[in-house]
Amino acid sequence: MALTGLDIFKLLPKKNCKECEQPTCLAFAMALANAKTSLDKCPYVSDAAKETLGGAAAPPIKLVKVGTLGAEREMGDEVVLFRHDKAFYHPTLLAVEISDKLSGAELEAKVKKVNELAFERVGQSVSIDMMAVRNDSGNADAFAAAVKAVADVTCFATVLITEDPVAMEKALAIIGSQKPLIHAATEANWEKMVELAKKYEAPLVVKGKGLDATADLVEKVAASYKELVVDLGTRELSQSLAEITQTRRLSIKKKFRPFGYPVIAFTASENPRDQVIEAAAYITKYASVVVLKADEKSQILPLAALKMNIFSDPQKPSQVEPKVNAIGNVTADSPVYITTNFALTYYTVEGEVSASKIPSYILACPTDGTSVLTAWAAGKFNGDKITEFIKACGIEETVKHRNIVIPGHVAVIKGALEEKSGWKVLVGPAEASGINAFAKGNFA
Amino acid sequence: MPVQILKERNSGKITCVTLGATAEQGGTRACTITVGGESSLPWLHFEGETPNKPVVAVEVLDRYPEEWNDAVKAAYGDAMKDAATWAKAAVECGGADLIYLRLQSADPELGASTPEQCVATVKKVLATVGVPVAVIGCGIDEVDNKVIPAVAEACAGENLLLGLATTENYNTIVAAAMVHKHTVIAQSPLDINMCKQLNILITEMGIPADRIIVDPSIGGLGYGLEYAYSVGERARIGSLQGDKMLALPVIGTVGFEAWKAKEANVGADEFPGWGDQAERGILWETVTAASLLQSGLDILVMRHPEAIALVKKNVADLMAPSSL
Repeated sequence: MALTGLDIFKLLPKKNCKECEQPTCLAFAMALANAKTSLDKCPYVSDAAKETLGGAAAPPIKLVKVGTLGAEREMGDEVVLFRHDKAFYHPTLLAVEISDKLSGAELEAKVKKVNELAFERVGQSVSIDMMAVRNDSGNADAFAAAVKAVADVTCFATVLITEDPVAMEKALAIIGSQKPLIHAATEANWEKMVELAKKYEAPLVVKGKGLDATADLVEKVAASYKELVVDLGTRELSQSLAEITQTRRLSIKKKFRPFGYPVIAFTASENPRDQVIEAAAYITKYASVVVLKADEKSQILPLAALKMNIFSDPQKPSQVEPKVNAIGNVTADSPVYITTNFALTYYTVEGEVSASKIPSYILACPTDGTSVLTAWAAGKFNGDKITEFIKACGIEETVKHRNIVIPGHVAVIKGALEEKSGWKVLVGPAEASGINAFAKGNFA
Repeated sequence: MPVQILKERNSGKITCVTLGATAEQGGTRACTITVGGESSLPWLHFEGETPNKPVVAVEVLDRYPEEWNDAVKAAYGDAMKDAATWAKAAVECGGADLIYLRLQSADPELGASTPEQCVATVKKVLATVGVPVAVIGCGIDEVDNKVIPAVAEACAGENLLLGLATTENYNTIVAAAMVHKHTVIAQSPLDINMCKQLNILITEMGIPADRIIVDPSIGGLGYGLEYAYSVGERARIGSLQGDKMLALPVIGTVGFEAWKAKEANVGADEFPGWGDQAERGILWETVTAASLLQSGLDILVMRHPEAIALVKKNVADLMAPSSL
């Protein structure tokens, strides 16, 4: 359990010298408790205090990195069980599996297909994070050949799945410099796998059987190597979620070291659609990596969207860029709507406007990501502010007319907005769901 | 070294709510459905019970939903032209545990059906299917306040699930449900405090808590799902700590929200980077449901039969006991 601000305060020098850039020692203690600063900012803290605080402040779940350069990803380093308590920080990595039973053109086509699992969605680039090569063939050379095919084209980090140290060694000779995730060290092979992981400085998955056996094995391995990821070896969804929940609870609430590492989960079903659902459960419940075989864009995009949702910061409203957005094949006569730049508000309006099938412009007025009524109450969505944005965003050069639709909930700003901006204001429906009928009545 | 398992001791649990009524109970349903009763966080069977699995309600309209996605329309075809036929198909081929009948044609712009016509539609649906039925108005308060009481009276004894009671408009619907012994849906706008307040207002009218289902107005995947997810988690945590006014089963309009998303609807010709539209739409609805099942949904209101089949498989997997 992390220390509270008051616990930390007791150990500080209490000079209130401000050299840590905080006004008082108590403020510094509070900032430390919220992980907003670091202990080394205080030059006078005693060694004894450092030891106590350093130990207590160590993250409950270790940060482990995989991949290099643009493909590098971070796993672990989470501090809560529920996102509303703070936030989840490191989105679950999606790894798509490729079997080394494929060869030649088949393998090439598969690798190419998986390599293209990248998307643009709500103005952001999202993609899978890793390619996982599995040694289904049981043959070390076939495994190395498949890894080579991946290494030649991939823009993602890799997971190497084989319990055979010989096959792993051959694969690492090809792709080891790219810091792949090694899967896995088991009771039978861990000494050799640790040796390989050390040699290539690559993260290593420790795979056990259930909670007890896995914890034992992790302790053995961690004595000599600490860049670890945990695989509990359980594949049934219900049991697996129960066990992963325990690793998260024990690491955060009890600082139980053997589970203080990121966790990898494998989808069990053979049907790609069922794998997508299983992966959805693992994304919400604590897996740092999910391996699945589903490889269609239509199957991966929903999971990418779920990652964006679950790992968004609950304290920071998501925003869209404040600008003029064209919906459909707009012309200089297309209607103009205005709303705020709170992503939820904006996309709700966008969805309804695009459903009306009438090409239109939507202005996303900068309101620091607050909704219409919140922004209006805070003085960020009124005649002055909207006028300022209308003049700045370039819509006056884009359309010939001067008519703008405002949300029905802020009908009161109509007069002021017309006066300031010189535009004619139409009061739209109070709820976005009324836009379709409104648009058909006014613009069809 | 054996791992010391951490089990939460929860003092509260979700209230059990039963929908529908059989002949012995004064209704005409072939079966009733009970939801709620969970005494742990979702699916943590090792520290509490999940006596009732989440169920799927299929959304049925009393008008042809021209504006719906072709993938969903194709699934039911001409059956959608009549609410009763559609409901029958939803039960027989769509996997519906209950029917979520939206009386949209009561809207003056969408048909202006009279309360009598609406009652006739509900009666016909009840005569055609044996599962419990939820009946929702068109969303215009003045209209719904005439339609829902008429339905409540004409179907007395059936224990329908009636909606939507909101903070601005709950008196009429709750009174009708109370007098004619139905259950109500209490809808709040993604706000746990308003959710709790509305439940208090409704129970103060005299209806017992085990006749209320909560609709927190979920957001769909990509469009506010995380808010619904966290509201659901907080409500469940509050319930387990003993807050009775939060401890009610939750209904989520999964299909309605998921099929609003651009990602569920635009064709692969327009967005080739997003892949096949029909598959994407089905999975958009499925993943919306699957992720909210992890935050504690009890009734999922859905549309596409293939999405429903996938979600039911997921529920069956999640219901498997776990041992620690």
